[in-house]
Amino acid sequence: MMDKVNVELTVNGEKYEVEVTAKERLLDTLRKQLKLTGTKEGCSVGECGACTVIVDDKAVNSCMVLTAQVDGSKIITVEGLESKRGLHPLQKAFIDNQAVQCGFCTPGMLMSALALLNENPDPSKEEIKTALEGNLCRCTGYQQIIDAVEAAAAEWGN
Amino acid sequence: MAFEYVNKGVKRVDAYEKVTGKAKFGADLEFADMVYAKVLRSEYPHAEIKAIDVSKAEKMPGVEGVYTADDIPNNLFGVIVQDQQVLAKDRVVLAGDGVAMVAAETEEQAAEALKKIEVEYKELPGIFDPVDARAEGVQKLHENKEDNQVIHHPLRKGDVKNGFEKADIILEREYKTQFIEHSYIEPEAVVAVPEDQNHLISIYGSIQNPYATRTAVAVVLNTNLSKVRVIQNHIGGSFGGKDEVVSAMAARAAVMALDLKKPVKMVNSREESITESYKRHPYQLKYKVGATKDGKLTAMEIEAVADSGGYACQTPFVTWRSVVQATGPYELENVKTDVYGYYTNNPYTGAMRGYGSPQVIFAQESLVDELAKELDISPLELRLKNIYRQNSITASGQKLDTHTVSLEEVIKKAVEKSNYKEKYLEYSKEQKGDIKKGIGLAVSFRGCSLGAEAIDAAASLIQINKDGSVAVYSGLAENGQGLKTIFSQITAEVLGITMKNIDYMEIDTTFTPDSGSTVASRATLVGGNSIKDAAQKLRATIDAFCADKFDLDLDDVDIREGFIYDGKGNRLATFEDIVGEMGNQGIMLSAYGWYKGPAISWDEEKGTGNPYFTYVYGCQIAEVEVDTGTGELSVTNMTAAHDVGRAINPANVKGQVYGGVVMGLGYGIMEEVEVNKGKIKNTNLDEYLIPTIKDMPEIEPIIVENPDPVGPFGAKSIGEPTLELGSAAIANAVAQASGRRIRSLPLNLERVLIGRALHKGGK
Repeated sequence: MMDKVNVELTVNGEKYEVEVTAKERLLDTLRKQLKLTGTKEGCSVGECGACTVIVDDKAVNSCMVLTAQVDGSKIITVEGLESKRGLHPLQKAFIDNQAVQCGFCTPGMLMSALALLNENPDPSKEEIKTALEGNLCRCTGYQQIIDAVEAAAAEWGN
Repeated sequence: MAFEYVNKGVKRVDAYEKVTGKAKFGADLEFADMVYAKVLRSEYPHAEIKAIDVSKAEKMPGVEGVYTADDIPNNLFGVIVQDQQVLAKDRVVLAGDGVAMVAAETEEQAAEALKKIEVEYKELPGIFDPVDARAEGVQKLHENKEDNQVIHHPLRKGDVKNGFEKADIILEREYKTQFIEHSYIEPEAVVAVPEDQNHLISIYGSIQNPYATRTAVAVVLNTNLSKVRVIQNHIGGSFGGKDEVVSAMAARAAVMALDLKKPVKMVNSREESITESYKRHPYQLKYKVGATKDGKLTAMEIEAVADSGGYACQTPFVTWRSVVQATGPYELENVKTDVYGYYTNNPYTGAMRGYGSPQVIFAQESLVDELAKELDISPLELRLKNIYRQNSITASGQKLDTHTVSLEEVIKKAVEKSNYKEKYLEYSKEQKGDIKKGIGLAVSFRGCSLGAEAIDAAASLIQINKDGSVAVYSGLAENGQGLKTIFSQITAEVLGITMKNIDYMEIDTTFTPDSGSTVASRATLVGGNSIKDAAQKLRATIDAFCADKFDLDLDDVDIREGFIYDGKGNRLATFEDIVGEMGNQGIMLSAYGWYKGPAISWDEEKGTGNPYFTYVYGCQIAEVEVDTGTGELSVTNMTAAHDVGRAINPANVKGQVYGGVVMGLGYGIMEEVEVNKGKIKNTNLDEYLIPTIKDMPEIEPIIVENPDPVGPFGAKSIGEPTLELGSAAIANAVAQASGRRIRSLPLNLERVLIGRALHKGGK
């Protein structure tokens, strides 16, 4: 048997202790151990962005990160966006701007957009494109996703 | 006509679960005692299977069962032709054919056990070009067939010999299109659950066409349709792609689940998905066109050869759409068209958004521009001299008189919005510097729904509960396009209730009659009519009850936003109270809706008839910049005008346009599944490139509405027309910018710069 290591993670504000092999990807820990299946797997090589989560304020492809590497990190997944106060402005903007079709890329898109707005609350269209360049969407043609991020940024400003 | 819900950009009814991560897709499902399965696929495109030894795999840790073709009750399935093997028995016909499968406690254990299966192959020579497959005496790839021809669709109109004699100019050109991957972001996933709620087997997962999958599973298990239940989950994109490949996966999972008496889950990796799934058909097209010197077309002769790959799959119908639309939306007295499909040892090809239209549109719209250049007429003017107008007769002899033929209107709107005329003149002059600009247009007509391919009918079920809540079931499937929202809007409009009273249920083959597949941009048109039918039946019952209760004329009963009014606008009761009372009186408040499309016809021998009951018209205009120094091609703007009949949800229609334009751009300039002697070289998204957010042009959608007499509230189609025009419009713009006519897709860097692909054997 492969050696296991204990890892402590804070996911969506909750502390977890998980036992993982050295090879376990963060994506698998989230989906299989923590049952947070909102984070999706699309390519496993860091190209599609469906597995994007936020690790210590940065958007990362969770298929390219080993859980053991992020011991002690703070992680946000799509499940962490909605609060008791309701939907996050980004979620609301995605709904209002028809930025969702099949919805499979949506969690990753939301995470990349969240990382962007946390760092740059008033991004230009080009900055939005740069932030979302690693997230593939085959349904929407991206326009309504850009509209949504712009709308959320405007809401953020208020 | 004023609507409460129809024709409004209301929010999607399934958006909440999708932005919160609550939406469950196939790979997210878990069941008690579930095991995981993986498939061993052939590395060879054509080989005999001499022996398979599974004994070592069976002894691997965690393994529950190892299976080969001998374990499959009935190994052949297929929607049109039953030639596809669940697992290859004696012979593999494509690289990616499944030959064995393993179920184990974990996915990793299943994958490890696969490596221990020993297959002895005898490699056979392969056929990798459909033109080679048609040669006399060549090896047959399916033994029970006469030859390698999957299908031949002829069409004859007038006399082409005569037509070419009348021509002042005759142009002959050849065009070629490529294999394309659907690239849905969610790889295929299913779970088969045995002995589930009185069914022999239930299948859950990312299934585009639940009834087709149900049929395949029932055929493979040799059981009745009613023993198989298929429930679609949220599906992460499909675009025509999650049909046969998912049916095969479902059948495999079902066989294992019944043997093990445990739920079996199968999830493809991206590599497995690209290796095994079917692609868009590559076409080789020969076009010959005659025209008078003032630009009137006199004859067109077309031969198109489609690569069907190892299986027939949807080839007979894909090529049928091509034969109907091959001449484009142009009046022609004399036409001779032959579209063929052949088996090869390449990846098999099937349905993909657009079906058999993007290939012929790329050819025919490139050809019209080439002809315009020869005649020294502007591409716009040449089109306007020849396009379909009201009462035009199509190549198959159909008179277009039952709907508004709006091609001229959509062209005019796109031309105005894009400043086509001014830009065309400007870019026609000599341009300084390396960066050259070009503008190109493409137009199309498209038959809505299935046409003469199959029976075109759909069902819905609406149930009104005593508390006023409403459950809607449809036999057509939400594939991301927005069907749940559209059908909820129609339900709300007809019943006079608010959208929040409606719960839209997942498609489940137990509850609704077989409605065919969610394909051919037919859901809003055909499924929408069935929803309207069910809602109207219920509305009539409620109206009658209210007329009686409040002593009103039937025509005076008005229901809006969940309230009952009399003819004078006085509020009489709430919808909830009325249906509660009706329920207490034992009045039936559930209704099935059914819609069957108008009659259509097709003569297979001559290619004549009325193949579709209505059509949509579109025009897209592309603007490009070509760096003649580096060959870099950038599509800067796309204007897309589409007649949709009526936009039930304009925001969704725009979403379809944006998505279709970007997918069309991928087809036009970036994407190609590289197949070398039957083997796919680019099996993940790091090598198979699809458009990113940085590749999207500025897109200007123009919604044109000419309500169709047949469609629900006049609605027709939008999903596929949006993607079929881009490659041709871009090719025409590139030709103007660079002076180079590229007749092969994709129009990538090397083709733009040096006129051919750089890879070995590139043409």
